[in-house]
Amino acid sequence: MEMKPSIQMEQKINYDHFTSIRNQLKKEQRSLFIKRFLSNRSVVIGGSILLVLIVFAIVGPMVSKYTPLEIDPVNRLQGPSAEHWFGTDNFGRDLFSRVAHGAQVSLGVGLSVAFLTAVIGLFVGLYAAYYSILDHIFMRICDALMAFPDILLAVAIMAVLGPRPVNVIIAVTIVKIPVVARIVRSSALVVKEQTYIEAMKTLGASSWRIIWFHTVPNALSPMIVQVTYIFAIAIILEASLSFLGVGIPAPNPSWGNILYDGKTVIYSSWWMTVFPGLFIILAVLGLNIFGDGLRDLLDPKSHKAINKQ
Amino acid sequence: MKAYILKRFISMIPVLMIVAIIVFFLIHLIPGDPAAVILGPEATPEEVEKLREELGLNLPLYSQFFYWLIGIFQGDLGDSIYMNKPVLQAFVEHIGPTLSLALLAQAISIIIAIPIGVLAAKKQGTFADHLFMLIAMFGMSLPSFLLGLLLMLVFGVHLQWLPAAGYQPLGAGIWEHLKYMILPAFALGMIQAAVIARMTRSSMLDILSMNYIKAAKAKGLKERVVIYKHAFRNAFIPILTILGETFGSLITGAVVTETVFNLPGIGQLVVNSIVRRDYAVIQGTILIMATTYLVLNLVIDLLYGVVDPRVRLNRK
Repeated sequence: MEMKPSIQMEQKINYDHFTSIRNQLKKEQRSLFIKRFLSNRSVVIGGSILLVLIVFAIVGPMVSKYTPLEIDPVNRLQGPSAEHWFGTDNFGRDLFSRVAHGAQVSLGVGLSVAFLTAVIGLFVGLYAAYYSILDHIFMRICDALMAFPDILLAVAIMAVLGPRPVNVIIAVTIVKIPVVARIVRSSALVVKEQTYIEAMKTLGASSWRIIWFHTVPNALSPMIVQVTYIFAIAIILEASLSFLGVGIPAPNPSWGNILYDGKTVIYSSWWMTVFPGLFIILAVLGLNIFGDGLRDLLDPKSHKAINKQ
Repeated sequence: MKAYILKRFISMIPVLMIVAIIVFFLIHLIPGDPAAVILGPEATPEEVEKLREELGLNLPLYSQFFYWLIGIFQGDLGDSIYMNKPVLQAFVEHIGPTLSLALLAQAISIIIAIPIGVLAAKKQGTFADHLFMLIAMFGMSLPSFLLGLLLMLVFGVHLQWLPAAGYQPLGAGIWEHLKYMILPAFALGMIQAAVIARMTRSSMLDILSMNYIKAAKAKGLKERVVIYKHAFRNAFIPILTILGETFGSLITGAVVTETVFNLPGIGQLVVNSIVRRDYAVIQGTILIMATTYLVLNLVIDLLYGVVDPRVRLNRK
């Protein structure tokens, strides 16, 4: 925690001098953090995998000679070759191009879900921790939502909303908000009991100030770690929904619905299962490793509890 | 203990109520008129009106909910419009493969994960430990339906050791049944095994560093006795929690894994019902699943008392 000058000190000490020291300290702290960040093996490995995937999602569609929707029945179900790097699918569409565009869809859905669950979960968790009436309502809803098996709830929501990419994001977000809300709530509850919050209250600080300036910074680290895992789970859920035929609608590619197409021709064309599958594994593995590394860096206490070395 | 069980039961009621509300309102989330959506674009206005009457959509919302709830208490989850039979009956007809798959997967995961977790804890920091945990990390990143597809590709299509897909009920003979269940159960059990192995390892490490273990070793007890009799029993409580918590993900996985291997279980029922717009089936199925999950968690909580007498005492 950085030191805040008391009112009396500010009057005595040259304020400019103080801020310059403070800024320098902040800078040092930041560079120290970056150094620690880069010296963590999991963060570097996981981060590199993610970086490669992001580059693939951006550059892949550019270098591909084909569009993902270009049908070519004569060349259907061709194995990988110099012409079609990942082979072609059951409509003769270029698989490399489809997997690369699918990467945009899958990573996009995952990122959106991670962002939305973080924002909504933060609100729900914080206000639940500070207002006991809201706590009872929110937490019972979270308990209820968590009682549904993830995929079944998502499938039911998709059945109602219809298969559209936006709806996939909505469905998976609804399923995963309780997880974030609970994490934020539990760290906010700890902060709430600290002496400095009591002092703030005595000084007359508004609850808005206490919640957003003093609780959020303490609740952020465990939340960020959790959101990384949710990113990974969202990719799996999107793939599962699309594989079940209720996610991203055909003909638009996503890793899940390429696997769905691939299953019908699994006896003849292994590439349609192996390539999109490989990318799902890479993405989820990268995020899980990255998340573990972040946990070590940001939230060392929980690390000790979960994974004693 | 009785008071505790009662208290836990009562605290479950509001959660169950919210579960019911969520499930009930799902059908009201359908944009437009649910009856028109269910019947599709070719339906005449008269047919739509008839269905609205049947579904009770013309009643005020609160009385719709009330009647629906009363129906549930009487075991009536509504009728499947497509299959023309009660939802409960359709559910019972499809639960066999799902249950068999989930139980087999759980068994496989426990058999693989607990010895590996204990061994990794015993050999903490060695090459074997790192290797096991690396495999576990990989296993956790592999969605079960994807592993299912890959296993199908290798063992069903290329090696042809086992049937790639299909189903035989238990009535056709245990081996016939297992032949079709081995691949899906492995696909589903692996991810579970990875989670349990990690939990077992860290839980064992916690216990093995305690003083009473040192005392037991100092007494000259055999290592096997110390590990399995003294340490494992205490390490088992967090493992039990994980077993309960991951049951949800097991069912989740089972639903998708089933569709990979064409098992006629709950997953297939739900997916088919979506195509047929048979919303009553979807509602009923997820209601039963959520209730089962809540009850199961309660049972596991109560099991703590059986495994660990200290918990029993603290709760009195």
